[in-house]
Amino acid sequence: MDKLLEQIQKGTVWQFPGGVHPPQQKSLSNGANIARLPLPNKLVVALKQHIGANGKLLVEKGQRILKGQALTEPVANWSVPVHAPSSGIITEIAPKPSAHPSALPELSIVIEPDGKDEWCTLNPVSEPKSLSHQELIDIIHQAGISGMGGAGFPTYVKADTKQSIDFFIINAVECEPYITADDTLMREHAAEIIQGIELMQQLLNPTLCIVGIEDNKPEAIATMTKAAEHNNKIIVQTVPTVYPSGGEKQLIKLLTNREVPSMGIPADIGVLMHNTGTLYAVQQAVYEGKPLIERVVTVTGNTIHKPGNVWALLGTEIKHLLDCQGFSPVPQQRVVMGGPMMGFTLPTVRIGVIKTTNCILAPDHTELAEPGPEKACIRCSACADACPASLLPQQLQWFAKSKEYDKLQEHNLFDCIECGACAYVCPSEIPLVQYYRVAKAEIKEQQADKIKADRAKERFDARKERLDREQEERQNRHKRKPVAKSADEKQKVAEALARVKNKPDNGNEKSAVAAAIARAKAKKQQGEELEPDNSEVAKERALRKEQARKYKEQKSQTDESTETAPVDDKKSAVAAAIARAKAKKAAKAKKAAKALEDAEPTTSEAPQTDAPVDDRKAAVAAAIARAKAKKAAKALEEAEQTVSEEPQSDEPVDDKKAAVAAAIARAKAKKAAKALEDTETPSVPDNTDNSSSSIDADVPQSSDDKKKAAVAAAIARAKAKKLQKEGNDQS
Amino acid sequence: MKLTMASSPHNHSHKSVTRLMLIVIAACIPGLVAQVVFFGTGVLIQLVLALVAVTVFEAAIMLMRKRPVWPALSDGSAWLTAVLLALSIPPLAPWWVIIIGCLFSIVIVKQLYGGLGFNLFNPAMAAYVLLLVSFPVQMTSWLPVSDLLNNAIGFTDQLRLIFTDFTSIGYSLDQVRAGIDGVTMATPLDTIKTDVGHGLTVTESMQKNVFNEWAGLGWMWVNLGFLAGGLYLLKEKVINWHIPVSFIASLAVCSAIGYIAAPGTEPGTVFHLLSGATMMGAFFIATDPVSAATTNKGRLIYGALIGLLVYLIRTFGGFPDAVAFAVLLLNIAVPLIDYYTQPRTYGHGAVK
Repeated sequence: MDKLLEQIQKGTVWQFPGGVHPPQQKSLSNGANIARLPLPNKLVVALKQHIGANGKLLVEKGQRILKGQALTEPVANWSVPVHAPSSGIITEIAPKPSAHPSALPELSIVIEPDGKDEWCTLNPVSEPKSLSHQELIDIIHQAGISGMGGAGFPTYVKADTKQSIDFFIINAVECEPYITADDTLMREHAAEIIQGIELMQQLLNPTLCIVGIEDNKPEAIATMTKAAEHNNKIIVQTVPTVYPSGGEKQLIKLLTNREVPSMGIPADIGVLMHNTGTLYAVQQAVYEGKPLIERVVTVTGNTIHKPGNVWALLGTEIKHLLDCQGFSPVPQQRVVMGGPMMGFTLPTVRIGVIKTTNCILAPDHTELAEPGPEKACIRCSACADACPASLLPQQLQWFAKSKEYDKLQEHNLFDCIECGACAYVCPSEIPLVQYYRVAKAEIKEQQADKIKADRAKERFDARKERLDREQEERQNRHKRKPVAKSADEKQKVAEALARVKNKPDNGNEKSAVAAAIARAKAKKQQGEELEPDNSEVAKERALRKEQARKYKEQKSQTDESTETAPVDDKKSAVAAAIARAKAKKAAKAKKAAKALEDAEPTTSEAPQTDAPVDDRKAAVAAAIARAKAKKAAKALEEAEQTVSEEPQSDEPVDDKKAAVAAAIARAKAKKAAKALEDTETPSVPDNTDNSSSSIDADVPQSSDDKKKAAVAAAIARAKAKKLQKEGNDQS
Repeated sequence: MKLTMASSPHNHSHKSVTRLMLIVIAACIPGLVAQVVFFGTGVLIQLVLALVAVTVFEAAIMLMRKRPVWPALSDGSAWLTAVLLALSIPPLAPWWVIIIGCLFSIVIVKQLYGGLGFNLFNPAMAAYVLLLVSFPVQMTSWLPVSDLLNNAIGFTDQLRLIFTDFTSIGYSLDQVRAGIDGVTMATPLDTIKTDVGHGLTVTESMQKNVFNEWAGLGWMWVNLGFLAGGLYLLKEKVINWHIPVSFIASLAVCSAIGYIAAPGTEPGTVFHLLSGATMMGAFFIATDPVSAATTNKGRLIYGALIGLLVYLIRTFGGFPDAVAFAVLLLNIAVPLIDYYTQPRTYGHGAVK
């Protein structure tokens, strides 16, 4: 490190491989001072002018805004605001073609300047040394500054880097032909740029700041060296003129002999780089309080009458720039945003200047010849000799043409910086960069697809596994069911009897209905799982009872509230659903002895309730009531089915609708039940329970008790079964 | 206003394949002149024959492939093949030799593989080898330099020899080739090989009148002519230095080692460098971009191995010269060489 520092301070400049020497064409535009343009009659300010998220709109159509007023505020990570470039009225907020190779519409704010150019209140800081780190970062952030050299990376993110920085590099190379924006800015505002560098020094505390300038800008080198005299931690280094020495990675190699690791960032090797224009904007933001609302743009090319540099308000349409500088288009005119090597052609001149717009190039066909037809590659490898990243463009081209994506990645396609040096030298005029761009996009898409497919497969496998498991469980149940019955029957019957005897004591109508419903549900949810674990029966029964009590409580609560406001009761319905889901889980874990148990009381309840209704009238009434109740029960069941289906997918609360429906159904059922006579009421739960019961064999056992009751119960059950069948068919 | 869209970069170096090929053809001129001076105008007749033949064959096959003819012809690659082939074969070889050579190089070696850029082998050298193994007599019947000829033959006689096998007064090529002493003369490389095989030392062999003190009469100048042309190609950046330098260096080192090991039977470095097709091979044949290695490291290996093979075949092989064989053998190895000599990409495994 010390040795390296010594070498750098001695003025050593390293080399990167490759590079080309396209005609400079800089003298076209660097002769005059940066011009001020008349105010355009329209400004189209895109919300997104950088890498990262859009800011949040702060203004609306028709609103009057002042120059420098924030139009958006940063919200998510990497979002930087945009500001009003001049005072005026917002006439439109709509998507407009963007300053991007795709020209895809981006949400933009259209401002009609009022000509007053009236500033909002600015808060300049005269003593930035007194600012804390975060305050300074915030100023840079709120001023909307993002990298003005190329990619438009938010400056505040870079300035707030947590890695320790050895070398802070100022990219003043401007290696693209034609462009002289940084050159003239340095000539005219070297002192401000140095102040900007010093602000960055304050933030990053680097060992050394290196200003890299190509040797074709002697004036800029002189002014910058002079302006930096007082600060011995800033040195101005001259680098040879070779394209693309201004590429971030290439300049780092030139100035520090370090290489940014593949897929890494400069901070990984203790280097941070900013463009001169960015630093000027930082200085303006801090010392003047001015947000980033204008930048220097080179307007050049043989079709421009007065090529030169201008201060362009962000949002100024390219057309305005061309018109102001005089423009005589040729047939098949190209208008390039950026330089001739990496710039992109614009589909229309009705596009606003953005923070990264450094040049508008309108060439004729003699200076930049139109590309000829692509010819066969003769493998001369002139491209490899020109590649600044030591790639093998020729091989990449073959692989890209044959869509061999693995090979492309093996040959480090993603280390290509798309500088265009290879295509520039290619004697066959193969549009190499274009091939790489397409291949990169396709690989990225493929990778995204793969991730999606992998996730889908995961989901599918999980689902399949679950279905298989369930299937297996169901099969197990069918196999064991008879065994379970025979082993358990007697005990179950006895228990049922006991419960039947106790039943009248709880007499309460409401709770009886509720309990029945609860039981039905619980049973349903417990699934048809069945396991004949005799030894555990007692214990599990106790648990089951406790749970049933819980349900009962909950149910009665629900029912009470449904009585007053049946539809309103979402919360309790949801709670009930949760409870059901929980019950299901618990039930599953504790196996199905409970289910057996549950089935029994219901079957034995029927005779119990039917028993007193001995005479005919009562029986008829009961039948009518049952029919009604059945109807209600059916609705209830349907509702419940939807409810209970949800928990199975482990998302108990998810289905509000179903829960509400269930609540409604329950309310209806209750109403129906209420309408019935005391004695008939229990037939509602009876039906419900039977309909969901799968233990038919229990019936004859309990029927031993009372014949009449048994007959009635049998009828009810038959109906219920039918119902169940229907229900099953439906589901 | 309608704007034209284009993909970056929007500028171009204005290098073109045609220009590259024409420069290479131009760079052949010094070697060609030397051949004409020392071996007569026969080579010019062969050159015209070859140029016409490749043009016809290339056009015909492009028509058969239903592709536009002019773009293929105008890239100049076929003409360069013709020039190299004409310079490689004996100037007074019968006319059908060069025609067959052109047919094979253009139709089989180049176009059947897919045309320019897709051929695995150097077309001129593949054709040369085909001719050499098929017509060994015609392909080794080099004239001695004109000074050594019993009876000098003029342009018309050369023309007659090429087309009718006999001069106007009825001499066959063999009779014409006979030296003053009546013995048919071979090329210097051949002479040395034969003499060493007969137990003579190199020094004894080089007493013969086909040699000057360095190398074969005339051949030395032809090689120097190609060297000059090659330097011009380097200066024009049409070729990289890697292949010629490693080729020449490797041949020089091998022949020096050979000379140190067996001074009696080894002709030494200078002789090897200025004999046969050394310089033409180093600057014009091995550097054919299509069939040569494409990475810089690979080019060094490629050139060096060609140099080694040239030496080995010249010294131990059955043929007097070896450039064509060596180049073709290394053409096969190019994909392998390229694969293992990829340069280190920026940011990959660099020292911090």
